Amino acid sequence: MPAVKGDGMRGLAVFISDIRNCKSKEAEIKRINKELANIRSKFKGDKTLDGYQKKKYVCKLLFIFLLGHDIDFGHMEAVNLLSSNKYTEKQIGYLFISVLIGATNDLMKLVIQAIRNDLASRNPVHITLALQCVANIGSREMAEGLSVDIPKLLVSGDTIDAVKQSAALTLLRLLRSSPDIIPMGEWTSRIIHLLNDQHMGVVTAAASLIENLVKKNPEEYKGCVSLAVSRLSRIVTSSYTDLQDYTYYFVPAPWLSVKLLRLLQNYPPPEDPAVKTRLTECLETILNKAQEPPKSKKVQHSNAKNAVLFEAINLIIHMDSDPNLLVRACNQLGQFLQHRETNLRYLALESMCLLATSEFSHEAVKKHQETVITALKTERDVSVRQRAVDLLYAMCDRTNAEEIVGEMLEYLESADYSIREEMVLKVAILAEKYAVDYTWYVDVILNLIRIAGDYVSEEVWYRVIQIVINRDDVQGYAAKTVFEALQAPACHENMVKVGGYILGEFGNLIAGDPRSSPLVQFQLLHSKYHLCSPSTRGLLLSTYIKFVNLFPEIKNTIQDVLKSDNNMRNSDVELQQRSIEYLQLSSIATADVLATVLEEMPPFPERESSILAKLKKKKPSSVPEGSEQKEHTATKLPQAQMSNNVESNPPTTINLMSQGESSTDDVMEKGSPVGGSATVDLLGLGTPTQTAPSAGGNGDGLLVDMFDTLTSNKPAPATNGMDLGGLTGGAEEAFKSDDSLSRFICKNNGVLFENDLLQIGVKSEYREDLGRLWVFYGNKTTFQLNAFCVDISQPGGLTESLSIQQKPVGGEVEAGAQVKQQFNMACVQEFEDAPIMSIQFLYSGAQQKIALKMPVVLNKYISPTEMDASTFFNRWKALSSPSQESQQIFKATSPIDTEQIKTKLIGFSVSVLDGIDPNPENFVSAGVLHTRNQQVGVLVRLEPNKQAQMYRLTVRASRDRVAKILCDLLQSQL
Amino acid sequence: MMQFMLLFSRQGKLRLQKWYVAHQDKMKKKITRELVTLVLSRKPKMCSFLEWKDLKVVYKRYASLYFCCAIEHEDNELLTLEIIHRYVELLDKYFGSVCELDIIFNFEKAYFMLDELLLGGEVQETSKKNVLKAIAAQDLLQEEEALETALTEYGLT
Repeated sequence: MPAVKGDGMRGLAVFISDIRNCKSKEAEIKRINKELANIRSKFKGDKTLDGYQKKKYVCKLLFIFLLGHDIDFGHMEAVNLLSSNKYTEKQIGYLFISVLIGATNDLMKLVIQAIRNDLASRNPVHITLALQCVANIGSREMAEGLSVDIPKLLVSGDTIDAVKQSAALTLLRLLRSSPDIIPMGEWTSRIIHLLNDQHMGVVTAAASLIENLVKKNPEEYKGCVSLAVSRLSRIVTSSYTDLQDYTYYFVPAPWLSVKLLRLLQNYPPPEDPAVKTRLTECLETILNKAQEPPKSKKVQHSNAKNAVLFEAINLIIHMDSDPNLLVRACNQLGQFLQHRETNLRYLALESMCLLATSEFSHEAVKKHQETVITALKTERDVSVRQRAVDLLYAMCDRTNAEEIVGEMLEYLESADYSIREEMVLKVAILAEKYAVDYTWYVDVILNLIRIAGDYVSEEVWYRVIQIVINRDDVQGYAAKTVFEALQAPACHENMVKVGGYILGEFGNLIAGDPRSSPLVQFQLLHSKYHLCSPSTRGLLLSTYIKFVNLFPEIKNTIQDVLKSDNNMRNSDVELQQRSIEYLQLSSIATADVLATVLEEMPPFPERESSILAKLKKKKPSSVPEGSEQKEHTATKLPQAQMSNNVESNPPTTINLMSQGESSTDDVMEKGSPVGGSATVDLLGLGTPTQTAPSAGGNGDGLLVDMFDTLTSNKPAPATNGMDLGGLTGGAEEAFKSDDSLSRFICKNNGVLFENDLLQIGVKSEYREDLGRLWVFYGNKTTFQLNAFCVDISQPGGLTESLSIQQKPVGGEVEAGAQVKQQFNMACVQEFEDAPIMSIQFLYSGAQQKIALKMPVVLNKYISPTEMDASTFFNRWKALSSPSQESQQIFKATSPIDTEQIKTKLIGFSVSVLDGIDPNPENFVSAGVLHTRNQQVGVLVRLEPNKQAQMYRLTVRASRDRVAKILCDLLQSQL
Repeated sequence: MMQFMLLFSRQGKLRLQKWYVAHQDKMKKKITRELVTLVLSRKPKMCSFLEWKDLKVVYKRYASLYFCCAIEHEDNELLTLEIIHRYVELLDKYFGSVCELDIIFNFEKAYFMLDELLLGGEVQETSKKNVLKAIAAQDLLQEEEALETALTEYGLT
């Protein structure tokens, strides 16, 4: 038995020895149960138990608990110990409570009372014990009970340093667990000055608290930047003897340095040039020190020094403003890539990932490509190899994509199982993102399936199909390549899926070659059929029916297969149904019907790769294009839902996209076979009308709804699937812009649209029947947007009413740049719909489309007119025919405010005439609408009813329809 | 912020556990089991850092004991290694060449010392001198109280 420190509790030591001497688990449990029974009886019976004994038994219980046994008594005795005036008893009581009492325990009220007593004590060691207990438990109830006492301790002049330290971190714990409860008061404004405290321990503890406060409200604590920089500066320039015991293995105050460097990462680079220079000097000093010979051979020295260095590099990356520092950081990390310490290699790979995303250091990182590839191949630790994969992914761009993807594919053959799936996703994303030549892309994905088929998730092969369908330049190649890949005697089921799908669509492109004649293609696929799962077989059946259309010459062979008992009577209902229905379809339908029903798939709407989303979900930290992803998952919920919808319920999409046609094309369904309902539609055996016309009526799917909104005021345009698909891709944007359109009715300037790629602002001015609109396209990305073009379409008869002249806009928008485009618009006659601008461009090789309503509305062409009461009433009476008046009574959307209404009316470009309406609450306005054909007088009367929060709005105009249009526009603003 | 620290032996026996975030006991046991298995399966010379769930795990072996900390994404791995080392130094200084048995028999002291070094998952006091001073003051109180108790027993006060 080793020496027991302090007074020791002999009974406890004996008990621990006994336990250790137990030869078996059973013996141990027996001994423990004996002890538990003993303690229980002591606690129950012996009223004369003194503090020491209580302490000893509580400590034994704690030990038993830490061995992994449940403890269901003794809590009360522990709480009793808290009010002991003996320090050691109190201490054990607090320890037991910290380890064993959950935040919800019934005794918590008593505990909090005891804590409050100790906090008020004059004895600092008691205060510290109480604070430590709060920091250990940190429950809500504690925050409620002690929210005043602890801040007071922190800023009081009487508090000794050690207590201040504990108070700062205890408060931090409570702020983290119950941020809403801790009152922000006088103490918060004083807190940042603790950074100047003489005592390094106080600064160290306070820095963590300050960082938490800063994260919540950076503006309020902005003053801490200069304080932190000067403190940091004093540390990095001090010699290791200056800071005495705060120097750790010759490194001055590494913990405080790291905390300060982290604190600064909550702010942009300092604005004050003096502070900025000082910070740059600090960072340079830290980088310089890394090059100096080590002051000690101990690993502690290098760890502490490098900890500060890595944190400094994090700050440099965060500020992302000083190319010199960024490149130096990159070179330093480059040295670490070859360091003999595994830990440093690991961290260097990790930090470099961040550097790779900065435009200043991206190129510098690329210089280390060979080293990283070597690391991928030679590191013995999978977690380091994983980092190398991450870095290759982050440093990849168009120039090195082929090489990196090639290396990753090669490594995949021997990669650890734990990282294969992620690697597959990464390779798939890189190949798509940087493909110049899509045949390369197809090769990469097929290689992925060949090498790591089991790890290729559905998203990956869905995506290759989408891309092949949408790019006709690669379809022939894809067909040929899958055909060759399928020749392998054992090929992965995912290969069969992709092969089946692509040959079903594009098999005809290679059918001319006798080596891949229709029959050969069919037999090749069918040779895999029996080895596949039902879902793949279902897909292959769809391929077969597509073959019936593509290759009528093998129709009989296919019908034989469909007829076979193995399919027709398959125990799987889906397969049975497909066989029967496809057989029927092939026998009943005429060639024309077949050709329509089984026509080639229309292009998929352009959308962000679902693979990226998957990777993000798997590993949130590893997707450097975080911003793109954020857009996808957070702010653009409708779009995310849209793609989900597309994936989970393809038949809806088909209906939508082939709306012009009477029946639907089921074949997309084979991508992810779901239920048989679509198959029923296909055959027209059920109720095909049920889904098809819904796009025009009350859509039941989200997509349909959105589409409805887009086309609500006009007949659905008769377009081919492709255009509709395109519109669908931007449907979410168009939908959103309906809102923004309303914002522009009463104003002329503002931001029309914004996503993570593009910000579109507008500015406009109008004179009589002429208007000028400037649209500003701001590229928010760090890449050039290519093939940028804008098309204007004018739905309905808008071309006759509004003549639009468009100035050209350049094909490229540079990273971070803004380009301007001017539109001249003349109003020929009244109009209702807004013109639609479709903006298209390539971002990282992916086609992007945005459809927006232009903020051009009829009231812009009005100019206000002044008139007196008699003129007004004469004109008002003159415009009395029903078609000249439009009246609406409606609820106010916001509280009725006279000033606001005035502003809106003026913004609507009509006058506000005082003293005309006998009721001063009412508004009367007049204006002239200028069109090229004629001028139209417009009179407005608005009667607010504040009690009912209702308006009655009456608009009269000298031309039919105008009153109605203007009335609707104005109503939307009130 | 550090989320928890575990000390366990090469045989996987847990010697000390400190949680800075609240978990149910069941969850704590599950996490401990998983991490002990994970860390024990690692070979020497491997990297001391691991990604685990959304946390980073930093571990180091001292003689028969593994010290294993889970920290958050923005925390500094290297410095966490040195927190472990500083803790080992403190134990070593206090017990005089610490061994696993010291921690078993004086587990409460190990906790008290950790509470001086780290509080609420953040570094509170890095000065070895200051921490040892605080612990020595506790021991002094303990001895005084023990003396007092003894005297009372013998009816001398």
